[in-house]
Amino acid sequence: MGIKVENLLKKGFSLVAGEKGIDREIEGVYICDLLSWVMSHAKAKDAWITIQSHINVIAVALLSEISCVILPENVKLDEDAKAKAEEEGIPVLSFSGTSYEAAIILHEMMK
Amino acid sequence: MALYSKEFEVKARDFDSAGEVSSNLRAILKQLSLAPDIVRRSCIVCYEAEMNIIIHSYGGTIKIEIFEDRIRIIAEDTGPGIEDIELAMKEGYSTAPEEIREMGFGAGMGLPNIKANSDFMDIKSSKDGTVVVAEILF
Ligand SMILES: Nc1ncnc2c1ncn2[C@@H]1O[C@H](COP(=O)(O)OP(=O)(O)OP(=O)(O)O)[C@@H](O)[C@H]1O
Ligand SMILES: [Mg+2]
Repeated sequence: MGIKVENLLKKGFSLVAGEKGIDREIEGVYICDLLSWVMSHAKAKDAWITIQSHINVIAVALLSEISCVILPENVKLDEDAKAKAEEEGIPVLSFSGTSYEAAIILHEMMK
Repeated sequence: MALYSKEFEVKARDFDSAGEVSSNLRAILKQLSLAPDIVRRSCIVCYEAEMNIIIHSYGGTIKIEIFEDRIRIIAEDTGPGIEDIELAMKEGYSTAPEEIREMGFGAGMGLPNIKANSDFMDIKSSKDGTVVVAEILF
């Protein structure tokens, strides 16, 4: 089933930045904290789960055309990254559980 | 003759504007209505070259040239150079320091990513600097 970033907001994910992009579609999930690995392996329209929270994450998200960034375990987004996410309209969501738990929810929703 | 040509400065250790050249390139290519795959591959190449200048060099420039049939990305810096290019091209090889690895850099995937996403790649390096040239064909 096709889901959008905004659908996650009812499932325990909260929006930290990038509201402009919440109607983006999510077609897959990619979990990794190594940026050049993400650059080459994540697919367009993936939701990207990472504990990296600095400004470069937004650049990678933009360039690899992922749908949204998900920060698990309440990782906090850097202020300058937040500003960049707003500017580029890249949704960044916060989640209290682990990456694994976030991925399970996404999996259930995409079934 | 290039239809478009522009040079961007890239400063060493300037993580705050990291990705800016690549984001600029993305905007330009989107405007030209190039195929998404071409845009994506060009951006990966540019991003990795840009990050390598920021992380590993004393600073340099990235020049973007767009021709009728290709994009050329030329990343040039002023040193300290790559001692063993063959080793540097191997997946997983990285000399990035610990504090940079913690930010998620240093997977040793940058140069292999450039190679994989371009149709032509050339590296020349000495202690006075490194020049990486990559082309993506339309
Ligand atoms: N412009 C450069 N100047 C000097 N050394 C470089 C330069 N580019 C790459 N290198 C050397 O080559 C190695 C491999 O580069 P590569 O981009 O593949 O990986 P990385 O930058 O270490 O990690 P990643 O790109 O995955 O974040 C680097 O660790 C560094 O030693
Ligand atoms: Mg690199």
